[in-house]
Amino acid sequence: MITTLLFYGFAAVLVIAALGVITSRNPVHAALFLVLAFFESSMLWLLMEAEFLAVVLILVYVGAVMVLFLFVVMMIDINLDRMREGYTRYMPLGIGVAIVVILEIGHVIWFRSQGLPFLTVPEPHPEGYSNTKELGAVLYTEHVYAFELASVVLLLAIVAAITLTMRRRPGLKTQNIAEQVAVRRDDRVRLVKMEPTKESDE
Amino acid sequence: MITVSHYLVLAAVLFSLSVAGIFINRKNVILLLMCIELMLLAVNFNFIAFSRMLGDEVGQVFVFFILTVAAAEAAIGLAILVVLFRVRQSINVEELDSLKG
Repeated sequence: MITTLLFYGFAAVLVIAALGVITSRNPVHAALFLVLAFFESSMLWLLMEAEFLAVVLILVYVGAVMVLFLFVVMMIDINLDRMREGYTRYMPLGIGVAIVVILEIGHVIWFRSQGLPFLTVPEPHPEGYSNTKELGAVLYTEHVYAFELASVVLLLAIVAAITLTMRRRPGLKTQNIAEQVAVRRDDRVRLVKMEPTKESDE
Repeated sequence: MITVSHYLVLAAVLFSLSVAGIFINRKNVILLLMCIELMLLAVNFNFIAFSRMLGDEVGQVFVFFILTVAAAEAAIGLAILVVLFRVRQSINVEELDSLKG
């Protein structure tokens, strides 16, 4: 009973937050609505007993990705009026596509699911069950190559983001480390042959 | 009681809202990226619901990888956005026509 109430409460706030994301005038408000949507989904995932992913969603998404979004939104000066042109023109098209998508998915869920246990209530896990432990046991054994590939993807993202946004201003006095390391003795030292001279004694 | 189909319908509503958002906000690249994040969230809902229904942890492993790739995508997308704004002084999609596509 309490689960039903919680589900409908969280789902209602989630849908309202999603509506806020797609309709708000200001991108900062949209980003904050998206943060709210992530929080509500994390609560719903907790109801589905996916505790590890719920915590990861808050830590990674709200803590890192959405902060990055807000940072970029505030750094970039957007001309909002130009952005809003055509907003009402595309609104009927957007609503139409959304209705078509929801009808198709609803059709699959309601009519094509004969024999699948969609309407059963999943058994709750027994006491002492650790979602994180189960996930780790699968992740580090069966899917260890995919896990390492994911880390390579993250490394690639780091390198790509840095190389894209790094710029070299002309006329700035900086050290070129590679040039400094690659220098040889002959580039810097010049031996000069000269006649020996006699010290003048006073 | 809350069944798996409740979660599937919620994910469908979320997905269609984000599709509508892509059509409505088709000028603003930042909002397009946010709608893509929302779409990935809806897909993750499906994965977790089916993982719960079948009692199989692999669905949650898949969600883990989707989260990783989405984080990488957001980082690179926002980096491209910053470079784009530095070059063009605008992030309006309609003005990005230098490839004459």
